[in-house]
Order: sequence, then structure tokens, then C-alpha cells
Amino acid sequence: MAETTKDLINKPIADNNPIILQVLGICSALAVTTKMSTALTMSLALIAVLCASNVIISLIRNHIPSSVRIIIQITIIASLVIVVDQLLKAFAYGLSRELSVFVGLIITNCIVLGRAEAFALKNPPLPAFWDGLGNALGYSAILMAVGFIRELLGSGSLFGVQILTLAKDGGWYVPNGMLLLPPSAFFIIGLIIWGVRTWKPAQVEKPDFKIQTAQQSEVS
Amino acid sequence: MANYFNLFISAVFVENLALAFFLGMCTFLAISKQVSAAFGLGVAVVFIQALTVPVNHLIYYYLLRDGALAWAGMPEVNLSFLGLICYIGVIAALVQILEMFLDKYVPALYNALGVYMPLITVNCAILGGTLFMVERDYNLGESITYGIGTGVGWALAITALAGIREKLKYSDIPAGLQGLGITFIATGLMSLGFMAFSGIQL
Repeated sequence: MAETTKDLINKPIADNNPIILQVLGICSALAVTTKMSTALTMSLALIAVLCASNVIISLIRNHIPSSVRIIIQITIIASLVIVVDQLLKAFAYGLSRELSVFVGLIITNCIVLGRAEAFALKNPPLPAFWDGLGNALGYSAILMAVGFIRELLGSGSLFGVQILTLAKDGGWYVPNGMLLLPPSAFFIIGLIIWGVRTWKPAQVEKPDFKIQTAQQSEVS
Repeated sequence: MANYFNLFISAVFVENLALAFFLGMCTFLAISKQVSAAFGLGVAVVFIQALTVPVNHLIYYYLLRDGALAWAGMPEVNLSFLGLICYIGVIAALVQILEMFLDKYVPALYNALGVYMPLITVNCAILGGTLFMVERDYNLGESITYGIGTGVGWALAITALAGIREKLKYSDIPAGLQGLGITFIATGLMSLGFMAFSGIQL
């Protein structure tokens, strides 16, 4: 094993984050982040599904014919998602209503299939578990960060507890309604990407074209 | 008729799957560097979406829904928990069938779309369309309209974004925002533009 357990968990959180560098699993990341509570539920659901799917796929990796591997992986992931969905419906019905279709959409969350393809199919169960945990935590970190900004500035609360007193209740804070609307999620993730890439310049993408600075051509 | 037209318009503009519900974002961001590729993928999504939503509607309505098996003499059976696994199976199978069908009968279209076909299975917009159909209880006619509408809306959004990105290549962007970062900001602005459609009723 070239990579230690610590690397497997730490790397996806900052250096190789599934959302901001690998561009995987963005769909759900944006939609459930208007509130911290939904973002947290979604993160926990993804952690559970990703760890379990990585372990199961890694356990049977030597028995899967490569021609039908995608459909096997999808079936395993779909079964796990059904379990999570049913659990949420049974024990947290309100939250499950708020997440609406997005729990089901974990099936097509590219992170899960991507890690199964890229890691679990080639590695034993234990490293696969750590890899799943690391990537799920990287995903959760972004989700919580976006959720924190959107809920605090959009409705002045965190986890539903009022932090900033709103102007309409006699306080001083006038909430920024745009943060509750879809476009703000794009802006926030865009800005997070900008921040992370300034901190770690190795992640900066090369521009397709270099802007030529205007040169004074000498007239002879 | 007006009902269907209204549903279609709202699926294309107001409830655009890509820009209002963030579905299919992974492919949306990955394949939007060139207008031609984006358009090809968009057409493929319209096709698949127009097929899967009605087919999944039939499966839900006649097999899975609470009491749906009454015609088979089992009125108290509720199989709706099997929904997710059925829908994704249908989507994977339909994508495969469409791919083989195009390969055999419409090779020109197959060559144009071929590379994007497998990507569509894991496109959340497709599964999302089906799940919204189930959640909102559409009937068969509405499912067909909704399927085509969401497909067209998604295709419109990805083609528009590809157009913007082709132009963006020539602009001077701060180093950290280069590539993915500026794409997110541009998508955000597009999504803001699409919000202008909200509340339109016909």
C-alpha cells in the first residue's frame, strides 16, 4: 500500500476534494444547502452509503465480471440508498420531506460510482472503507460550509436556532433573501474554489489561451 | 391542452432541472466546453427523458404504487419501496437499447451521440425527472409532456452555458478562478437570469 490510512482520509478533504477538484456529486451539494439541518442529514446519508458501498464492492471485487460491473455497482448502491431512504422516512419524516428527491439521487451521485470504479474495485475492504470515508467527509465539508453561509446570512439562523435577530422581529439583521435562492449556491461554491486554489496554487487550471500584452510595434 | 402547454413551459423555463434544481450538474459542467458537444448531449438527454419518464410512470402506476397490484388480485401490496432500484434499472436498460437501436438503424446519429450515451445513465437529471414525476403524481399525458419539457430545458441550459464558455476562453480571469471557478459563477448568473421566468402562467 503506497498510501497510508491517514492519507486516504485526509487527501480528499483538501488536496483532492471530490466537489471542488474532481467535479463530482455537485447536484445534491447545491440543492440541499439552504439549511444546515438538511445539509447535515444529506452528509450523513452519503457517508453511510459511500462507506458501505465501497466495502461491499471491494469484498466481491474478484467475482464481478468487468463487462457487467456498472450494473452490479448501480444495483448495490441503489439497494443501500433504499435502506437509507426508508430509515429517514421512518425516523425523520419531516427531514425526508424536505430533502424530497435528493436522497434518491444519491444513486446517481457521481462520487459513489466514481469511488467504486476508481478505488473499491482494485483494493481490499479496509482501505476501501477509509477511502469512502475520506471522500464522503470531503463532500460533507463543502456541504456544511455552503450550508453555514446560506443559512446564517439568508435567514439569520443555524440549525433553525436564531443567531442574528431579524429586522422584522425588532432586531438589526436584514436577511439577504438571495442566499436562499438557487443561484447563490453557485456563487458560494465558485468563491470557495477561488479561495482553496489561492491557498493551494497547485490546483489552478491552466488557461486555454494566454492573453498577449499589447506590444508597441516599431515603425521603421 | 392549455394544462399540458403550461406544464411544458414551466418544465423548460421556470423549473429548469439544471438551473433551478441543480440536476445533472456533473455532466453539465464537464461537457460544456464546446457548443457542438453540448448540443449533441442535450439531444440525447431529450430522447432518453422523453422515453424514461412515461415508462417509469407506467411501472409506478401499474406495479409499484400502493394498491397498484389490485388487477393481479393483491390489493394490499405496496411495492413503492422498490421504486428507486426499478427506475435506475429502466434508465440503464433504455439507454443501452437506444444505443443499440441507433447503432443499427441511424448510424449517423449514433456516431454523433455515441460517446455521450453511457454518461446519461448516471445523469441525475434523468432519475430526477422520474422522481419528480412520482412525487407530483402526474398522469401518463403529463408524464410525456414533463419528460420532453425537462429534456428540452436541460439541453437549452447546457448549450447556452457552452456558448458562454467558448467566449470565456479569451477573457482574462484571475488565476484561482480559472476553469471551474468561473464556470460556477457563470452558471450562477445564468440561473439568476432564468429566475426571471418564475411565476409565468399561461
